[in-house]
Amino acid sequence: MVAVARGGSGGIGPPRRGGFRGVVPPGRYSTTWRWAVLLVTAVYFLLPLWAALRFAGIGAFGSVISESGFTSSLALSVRLAAITTLVTIALMLPTAVYVHLRLPKLRRLLEGITILPLVIPPVVLIVGVLAIAPGFIKSTPLLLALEYVILAMPFAYRAIDAGLRALDLKTIVEAAGSLGAGWGSTLWRVLLPNLRTALLPATVLTVALVLGEFTMASLALYQTFPVWIYVNSQTSGQVSVAASLLALFVTWIVLLAITVLGSRQSRKTGGGEVTLFTVAPTETRGD
Amino acid sequence: MTTNTTRDAATTAAGTGPVRAGGGTSVLLRDLTRAFGVTRALDGLSIEMAPGELVALLGPSGCGKTTALRIVAGFEIADTGSVLVDGKDISSVPAARRDMGMVFQSYSLFPNMSAQDNVAFGLRMRKIGTGGRRKRAGDLLDMVGLGPQAGQYPHQLSGGQQQRVALARALAIEPRVLLLDEPLSALDAKVRLQLREQIRTLQQRLGTTTLFVTHDQEEALSIADRVGVMSNGKLEQLAAPDELYTSPASAFVAEFVGVMNRVPGELRGGGMVTALGSTMPVRGHIPDETPVDVLVRPEDLTMQVVEHGNGIVTTRTFLGSVTRVGVQLDGDVAVQVDRPSAESAALAPGASVSVSLPGQPVLVATRRVS
Ligand SMILES: Nc1ncnc2c1ncn2[C@@H]1O[C@H](COP(=O)(O)OP(=O)(O)OP(=O)(O)O)[C@@H](O)[C@H]1O
Ligand SMILES: [Mg+2]
Repeated sequence: MVAVARGGSGGIGPPRRGGFRGVVPPGRYSTTWRWAVLLVTAVYFLLPLWAALRFAGIGAFGSVISESGFTSSLALSVRLAAITTLVTIALMLPTAVYVHLRLPKLRRLLEGITILPLVIPPVVLIVGVLAIAPGFIKSTPLLLALEYVILAMPFAYRAIDAGLRALDLKTIVEAAGSLGAGWGSTLWRVLLPNLRTALLPATVLTVALVLGEFTMASLALYQTFPVWIYVNSQTSGQVSVAASLLALFVTWIVLLAITVLGSRQSRKTGGGEVTLFTVAPTETRGD
Repeated sequence: MTTNTTRDAATTAAGTGPVRAGGGTSVLLRDLTRAFGVTRALDGLSIEMAPGELVALLGPSGCGKTTALRIVAGFEIADTGSVLVDGKDISSVPAARRDMGMVFQSYSLFPNMSAQDNVAFGLRMRKIGTGGRRKRAGDLLDMVGLGPQAGQYPHQLSGGQQQRVALARALAIEPRVLLLDEPLSALDAKVRLQLREQIRTLQQRLGTTTLFVTHDQEEALSIADRVGVMSNGKLEQLAAPDELYTSPASAFVAEFVGVMNRVPGELRGGGMVTALGSTMPVRGHIPDETPVDVLVRPEDLTMQVVEHGNGIVTTRTFLGSVTRVGVQLDGDVAVQVDRPSAESAALAPGASVSVSLPGQPVLVATRRVS
């Protein structure tokens, strides 16, 4: 869960401008405070990292890569992240669109249901699923990916829901229909591109979640990257700390890349500003 | 067939732009009903549209205009009744395969696509190659005067420009029928006027059968070949604009289109009515209930300045060639009378006047209890 915690509170994505301006009058006083808070936060997060780096030493990074299981476990984690993201979007997008268009009264209920994974401990989920899952699926990463889909549901649904609310969904879907688009084309060519801004934070959170998840993976006996780090930490402390740091940096780079790519697209089409948890629709001109 | 001839002539004269082969499409809405719970949005609506005709649907808010349009488009299903296009019942054809171009009241462009790609979208759905798409989308954008804006995204366009792109997008698929649901209502007055004329010009040039929904009577009267006035899910009258104004079929139409005065009257039996001292025949439906009002347009009332007349001038509004005079009649009745501006110098507020009816057949309606 390392990556999730850091990724979440660290705040990836463009900073929100003028956050406090409404409350505290602008001036040297508030600016000083802002920097002080920033500094304390930075020390709080960076100090452990720096300590870890000191402990591991630069040399350890070299040996991490040559360690047995490093590549395969990292590859498994990345693959899981990709499958989870795709399955989540493929499931949640049509569902959310359908509910918005045809069953708007159920929106509240669905929102409630998608929250459930947050209150059910992962241990409960995985133990239950392992007990009933058919054998052929247990041997593939698909089982774990499907579990992660459930974990990602709260973020994914919320993000997609917010994105859909920012669109004039009914009109857009009907416009596409009148031009001859079936459901597939409407989803793929019209809705998906317009929800990019909304899907971005969902993707970021899902990827971060999958790259850092430990409980389920270890209980289901998959050697994902976090599991591999844990197993290795018992043989060599230095190497495993180096591996954790490496994992952290890899995660950050992936998330940064997703965010930068997404914001660029959104700027072009005026889709709104991307932050981790909100999609702020920009005003469209109209006179 | 007269429409066809004029249209062909117009197309040839205009020269450029896509021209559809063959005649236009005829549309028949037959006895449509649609209820939402207890609300009867449509209650036996029938409209017949000739090929190439522009019919405007006019009516107060909630009378079922949008519902009718959406049934034709295939987004809504009628409880009973059917829609025939070129004589074929299309009730079972899904919206995506009806070949109907639609322009919506709200801005409906796809935000992720440039103007060009928006216009080309329908062609893409019809599997037309990139080259053909680009050319046709370019032609259509030129046609609505937005050639230079082809590469811009919807959020970079003004409201009027967006609706023009939406129009080009709807026309790009060479629709059999064009459906417009208050496409101008979000725009300011000046843009509205320009775009209205542009829609009419294009529609005549292409000869596309068009159903235009609006609640703005001026818009309906100025753009349409025929105007259908709706109330409570029913068609009150479908007629050419001038006919609608001069011989409204019902009191509802009379009062909805143009300005109409109500003057207390008394039924005389034998189809006669007395009001303001004159007796005249009743035109159309004679109400069963009394008391009644006689309906009369401002230009149909006569007025003289006299001492101790039956009314006092209260207001005077200059409207160009005519001046509209507000008169308070005896018995707390207010009417408006139009006079040529040249003759209205003496009609200052406070002047005593005599207002009378010329004795032509009039429409009569049950008096409103207020
Ligand atoms: N999906 C719906 N569910 C419930 N009632 C509806 C629905 N659509 C329309 N109605 C009702 O049907 C009636 C007709 O609606 P419609 O939208 O056709 O009116 P309209 O003539 O287009 O009005 P406006 O000028 O305000 O757009 C209204 O009373 C409306 O409340
Ligand atoms: Mg409407």
